[in-house]
Order: sequence, then C-alpha cells, then structure tokens
Amino acid sequence: MITEFLLSRHEKKTLVVAALILLAAILVPLANLLAPEGSLLHVPDHLVPLMGKYLCYALLALALDLVWGYCGILSLGHGAFFALGGYAMGMYLMRQIGPRGVYANPLLPDFMVFLNWKELPWYWTGFNHFWFAGLMVLLVPGLLAFVFGWFAFRSRVTGVYLSIITQAMTYALLLAFFRNEMGFGGNNGLTDFKDILGANIQAPETRATLFAMTALLLALSLILSSAIVRSKYGKVLIGVRDAESRTRFLGYRVENMKLFIFTVSAMMAGIAGALYVPQVGIINPGEFAPANSIEVVIWTAVGGRGTLIGPIIGAILVNFGKTIFTAAFPEFWLFALGALFIATTLFLPKGIVGTVMQGSKARAERQKAVAAEKGRTAAQPSQGAAAHETQAAE
Amino acid sequence: MIRARSRPSLFSPVRWRLAAACRLFVLALVLTAACGFSPAAAQEALRPLVNALGTGGFPERAEAVKALAATGDPKVPEILTYLNDGELYAPKAGGAVYRIASGNTVIDPLTGAPVEGVAAGGLQKIRLNNTLRGAITTAMSQLTLLSPDRDKRFSAAQDILKSADPAQLALVDGALAQEKDNAIKGLLGAARAVMVLRSDHSVEEKKAAIETVAARGNRDALTILTTALAGAPADLVPVIEGKIEGIERQMALWDVAQNIWYGLSLGSVLLLAAIGLAITFGVMGVINMAHGEMVMLGAYTTYVVQQAVATYAPALSTYGLAIAVPTAFLVTGLIGVAIERGIIRFLYGRPLETLLATWGLSLILQQAIRSIFGPTNRQVDNPPWMSGTVDVGGLAVTWNRLWIIVFSIAVFFALLTLLKRSRLGLQMRAVTQNRRMASSMGIRTPYVDALTFGLGSGIAGMAGVALSQIDNVSPNLGQNYIIDSFMVVVFGGVGNLWGTLVGALSLGIANKFLEPYAGAVLGKILILVLIILFIQRRPRGLFALKGRAIEQ
Repeated sequence: MITEFLLSRHEKKTLVVAALILLAAILVPLANLLAPEGSLLHVPDHLVPLMGKYLCYALLALALDLVWGYCGILSLGHGAFFALGGYAMGMYLMRQIGPRGVYANPLLPDFMVFLNWKELPWYWTGFNHFWFAGLMVLLVPGLLAFVFGWFAFRSRVTGVYLSIITQAMTYALLLAFFRNEMGFGGNNGLTDFKDILGANIQAPETRATLFAMTALLLALSLILSSAIVRSKYGKVLIGVRDAESRTRFLGYRVENMKLFIFTVSAMMAGIAGALYVPQVGIINPGEFAPANSIEVVIWTAVGGRGTLIGPIIGAILVNFGKTIFTAAFPEFWLFALGALFIATTLFLPKGIVGTVMQGSKARAERQKAVAAEKGRTAAQPSQGAAAHETQAAE
Repeated sequence: MIRARSRPSLFSPVRWRLAAACRLFVLALVLTAACGFSPAAAQEALRPLVNALGTGGFPERAEAVKALAATGDPKVPEILTYLNDGELYAPKAGGAVYRIASGNTVIDPLTGAPVEGVAAGGLQKIRLNNTLRGAITTAMSQLTLLSPDRDKRFSAAQDILKSADPAQLALVDGALAQEKDNAIKGLLGAARAVMVLRSDHSVEEKKAAIETVAARGNRDALTILTTALAGAPADLVPVIEGKIEGIERQMALWDVAQNIWYGLSLGSVLLLAAIGLAITFGVMGVINMAHGEMVMLGAYTTYVVQQAVATYAPALSTYGLAIAVPTAFLVTGLIGVAIERGIIRFLYGRPLETLLATWGLSLILQQAIRSIFGPTNRQVDNPPWMSGTVDVGGLAVTWNRLWIIVFSIAVFFALLTLLKRSRLGLQMRAVTQNRRMASSMGIRTPYVDALTFGLGSGIAGMAGVALSQIDNVSPNLGQNYIIDSFMVVVFGGVGNLWGTLVGALSLGIANKFLEPYAGAVLGKILILVLIILFIQRRPRGLFALKGRAIEQ
C-alpha cells in the first residue's frame, strides 16, 4: 500500500529528475572508481564529496520547499534541523574514533579530555551504535520541529512573525552549541573522524558509497515529497498556503496539517545534515548561523518554490556558482549572492522551474486555443463540442 | 644598540614610572620647602636616619625608610627618590650614606654639597628589592598627605586607605588635624578607622572605628570588617557581624541598582536599534533585514565625519559627534528612501519576499563597506564629555552610557511627537491602521511609505552614531543587533512606539538580570526561548493593535 502511495500520481518531470539523480548515484561512483585516471569519464576524487555536498544541500532545499512552497511557512531556521542531524551523525563518528584520538582515550572524545571531563555525558550514550545515531538523526530534528510547531501553529503565529521566531530558534541553538559546557565540542565542533561503519571515511570507495547513498536518499525524498503534495492532504496543504482562514473555516485542522509537514520537513533536513557531515568531515556551530538558513531559502527561491524539483536545481546551481565564485573572486561572492536575492525576488518570483513551467503552460494553452480556433472554422461545431473546447482552453 | 633597546624589558616599567612620579613629588616639595623652617638643624636630625639606610639587610632598610617617612620632613621625599633611583651608596661595612649622581662625584644626600676624601670606588650601591620599593611608595604617599595640592593629597589618602598600615596611624592623625577638605577627611578617617581595627585599641575606640568603616558601605569595607572579625574580642563580634550583614544588604541593593542601570543602558541601545524597525514594520508590514546595515552605515558615517572634522576643522573636533548625528540621519535616510523606491515598492503585499530582498541588500552593503573601509575595526574616538565615570553611591555610571540613554529617550520622544503632532505622523498612523481606507481618504500611501522607510533608516543611522561610541565599528556591527532588534519588535508589538519602548527596556533589564545567574550566553538563550514562548501567548506582541486592519 505504501509502495502504491509512493508510486502513483507523479508528474512526469518529477520522475525524470528522480531518475536522473538515481542515474548519477550509479554513474558518478562508477566513473570515480572504475574509469582510469586521465580518461574523459573519470571523476576526480575531490569532486565526489563536493558533489555529495551539493546533493545534501539539494535535499535541505527540498525539505524547505515542502514547508515554504506548499504550506507558506517561511522557515528561517531549517539550518538548525540540518545541523542537528549533522551533530547526531557527528557524535556517532566521534565515538568511532575510539582510542585513535590525540589523547588516546578509548571512551571520551578529545575535546572532553581537553575539558578534563571524567565520563561521557548521558546524552552521548548509545551514539556508538549506527542504528541509534540514525534514529536520532530523524528524532531530534523531528522532535524539535514538533514541539516548536505545536506551540507556534496552535497559537496561529504566521507570516513574518513565524519567520522571525524560527530565526531566533536557530540563533539560540547557535549560541548554545558554542558553549563548551554543552558537550558538543564548543567552537570547534566535531571533526577528525576516522571511519564510518568500519570503513575508512577518507577512502575513495567510502566517499563514492556516501555519494550514492545521498543521491538515493534524495531521489527517495523527492518521490515521497511528490507523493505527499499530490495526495489529498497535499491539496489541502496548498489551500492552507493560499487561504489559511478559508481552509480553517471549511473545517480542516490547519495547525495539525502544518505540524505534520513541518515535522516531516525537519526530519528530511536532519537526514541531509547527517549525510553532509561524513562527506565534509566536520560539523561546527557555524551551521546554525541564521545566515546559512536564509541561504537555503534563496536556493529554493532561485530554483522555484512549490515545484519540488526547482529547489534541487536551485541548490545545485547556486552552490556550484558559489564554488566557482569564491575561488575566482572571493571579494565579490557576497555581492553576487545579495544581487541574486534581490533579482530573484524582483524579477523571478517563481524561480527558474516555475518560470519555465509557466512559459510551457502558456505555450500549450496557446496551441490548444489555436487548434480550437481551427476546428471551429473547419466545421460548425455542435453545442457540446464547443463547451468541451472552451473548457480545454481554460 | 641591541642592549639599549632591550633595556625596558629588563627593568620593569613600573619602576620607571615610580621614579618619574618621585621626581615630581620632589619638585613640588622642594618648591614648598622654600617657605619652610630652619633647614640645617632639621637636616642634622635626619642624618642618623638616612645613614640607617645603608646598614643591615632589606628588612632593616625598609624599617629605616619607614622611620624616615615618619618624620614628615620635606627633605625626605628627595632622599627616597635618590634611593629609588639607585643613586645612594654606602661603604661595605656600613656607616655614612652618600649620593653619587652623575660621574664619580660623591655628594652629601642631605645638603647636596660635594664630600671630600671619600673615594667612589670604596662605596657600594644600596640595592633595592620589591619590599623596599613598596615601602618607598607607601612612604611617598604618606608624605604627600601633607602636600598643598588637593589632588595629590586625595590620591595619597586613597593609597593610605588601601594599605592602612597601623604603623602610620600617627601620620594619619597628623594629616587629619591639618586637613580641611571633607572628601579627603572622609578617606583619612576611614583609613584611621581601619588602622585602629588592625591594632590594639580599646573596645570603645574600635566600635567607633567599625561605625566609620561600615559607613563606607562598599566591598572594601566588607573585606576589612571580615578580616577584623577573625581577631576581634568577644564583645565586638556581634557588632561587626551586624555591620557586615547591613553592608551586605546594602550592597545587594546596589547590585540590583547596578543591574537595572546596565539593563537600562542595554535597553536604550536596543530601543535605538529597534525603533526604526518598528516603524517600518508597523506602517508597511515590511521586515527590513538590512536595518542592521543602516545602523552600521550610521556608525561609519560617524567615522567619516570624525576624520573629515579632524582634517578640515580640527577646532570642531569636540563636536564631531554632534555633527555626525544629523549627517548620519540624512545619509541613511536618503539611502532608505532609495531602497524603498528601488526595491521594496515592487514587493508590497509579499512580506516574505521583501524579507529576502532586504537580506540580499544587507549582504551587498556589508561587502561594500568591507571593500571600502577594510574588514578591520575603525576607531571612533569618544569626545571628552562622553568619557569617564561618575560614582553615584555604589553605582559606577559611565558617561557614554548615560548619554546614550539620554539620546535614545530624546529620539523616542521626538519620534512620538512627530507621529502624534505632525501631518506626516497623522498620515503614517492612518496608513498603519488601514491602508486602503487611508488611500481612499486621499493620502498618497506610496509617498508615506517612502518617507516612513527613510525615517526608519535615518533613525537606524542615528543609532549607529550612538553605537559607534560603545561598540566596534566593523562591517558586522549591524548583524550583532539585528536579531535583538527583531526580538524587541516582536515582543513589543507593532504599530505602537510604547510597545517598542517597553519591549526594549524589559528585554535589556531581563538580560542583565539573567546574566549573573546563567552567564551571558545562556542568559541570552533563555531570553530567546522566553520570547518564543511569549509569542505563543500573544502572537502579535505585547502592545498589539486591535482591530480588523490587522487580520489581512
């Protein structure tokens, strides 16, 4: 039944993008590991984690699109869920270091030895198991989103107010994680990872596998999101976005609908963070910075919100641009990013995908109208056919 | 060359400064000694004491310094300066002390006349150690107690109070008898009381001394009383304990006052930063993420004005800040109008997009400033009337904080008057309450919007002028205040300036009250969490506008 839910009623373009991502999941690792060095098909080792990073960002943008594009909740704190997922994974990776740390303490990570801590804090227990960490990657962001959303949506905090308090949330977490006493490595965060599930984290094979996993999970999330937004629930969600009060008056429990999508989105962001950390090799409180969360919003906006595939494209494009820009003209990256914010909101409010879709839709309608016109001149249409044609033209 | 350069590191700078200070004292004292008493007899009385400087180990010499100081003779500081500068010599076996200033001339330290028949080679320099240097400093301050210069006596009295060596009791008594100035009398009285407490005196005298010490009511008094408690006779213990308790209670009160003061200070800064935001948000429903950058631009305007004044009109440098206030208002106000006309007016009705566009703008402004002025902090000077501290009871009130509070209140009331009394204010309020109705009544809402945005930005610029006095002027200046300003606006509610005032002050004070218990960072986190919770109770802030216009 779940498979049926997942596989039915998708738009063609969503399926195409999902298929492309899956193709990348297979081809990129193969091209990295099997193609000989120097051949045209070879993907250099340093590119694999970089592309993996882009895909993590794409997953984060997709998560944001679910709440912003389909429910009208502009979250300026999605970076927090991303970072929390990342920290959960980072804690697992820290525990895997074992006695290979600088202080060679079998139990405590280096920074705790450095802080002169004697035992592992209670909230670190269990993180030596991968399954537990994996569970926490979903549960911690999900729980935070649930509690936060429970309060926020029930008291009908909407619009910019909601945006501001999500920003306050991630800012508070930023300050909290900077504290050494929190037990998450303070300013330096968690780093120096050695291996994941027994495999060396630096090895090309591990990186290729991580990339494949990221792509796979991104494709799955895309299908899941598409299934959600195209279900009946998803349609109501769009109703909430466009006319919240009206939907409420029609008898829907708007706050529950928002809460569900917010929590799902937060978990997705958590997964993105968890995949990000082993590929980048570090997680620190900087990920909580409000500026990061706002950057995610611009990826989504550039790609086109409310399209699901738009944010994926936007995240990859903008980050690719960032990589190029910061290497070539580091001075001007902020100018470019700022201009991108302004230009997108002013001239491209629907984003790339939205604008393209609008254009193709308009073209299709024009063609239909032309066809209808031809049909009308060719033969005197019956009453019923004319009604049908006008409907089609609409 | 290298040796010469390394000298200051070999000799502690404290010592150099001490030597310089001593020379000053000497100058002053020599001048006053001109009207002094019969020199020769007094000098001969001093001689055995001076000679004692050359005999014995360090402790004995320290005693000798004390003995010298106790005489109160105007010649003594001069001698002590020689000693401190290492100009005093004595034969190895002890005996007479001589001075060798420059070259190899041996002179009598008291008369200054050359001494015949003593070879410089046979003499040894009287060496100093830290105890001895300490003794010299104390002796110097004792002697300056009698100086005719009020400031010198004042600082000397403070020194005496700090060290409060019972051995100096006689000296303090002497100084007290001559002293006319009440402030110095108070200090000396306290010093005397402390000395009495530390030495053997009758219970009655000690009781009076406890009263005097307790009357000072500060942390030092508390320490003195606590140490006195340890060795106090049985019938004094309850008295001292009572006094300690009283002081502690008083100090707790002062602590509360200090926290309120810090809170007010922080609150006034927040008020300045948030008030412009509140106006734009209230009237236009626009969250201006570039507001922090307007503050930053105001601070940089202050810097530029300061540089310009220093270059072109150095005479006006004291008033540079006063010139910067209207300049910053104009500069940022014009930029604000330009932003509204150039970007924001195309985004009305889409507040979330406005938020993003202004965020993009803030990135551009930050980078622009970084490119022009560089990423490092710029130095904005405090004018003399804004630096320094004044003590009000147990409160240390810094002038710049005080001026900022005054300034923010002035800005607040000026704005309030503008909104309540002027035509523009009337129109702004009308647009805030019901844009469409206002428009129907003939108010040109786009014009009001542009002016409102300009006004809000201009106020942010003035906030920047104030912040340049207490914070680093760097491209990130605005970022540090923007989230706090949002919190103030969200907490206070929009469309009502009083809400912003109450919001800013209560957040400021709450922050400073949480800090001692939770630490600065945790306190801030707590505040954020509290606001997030508060928003659940009152989604539209403390002073929400009531009416239909809000639910759009």
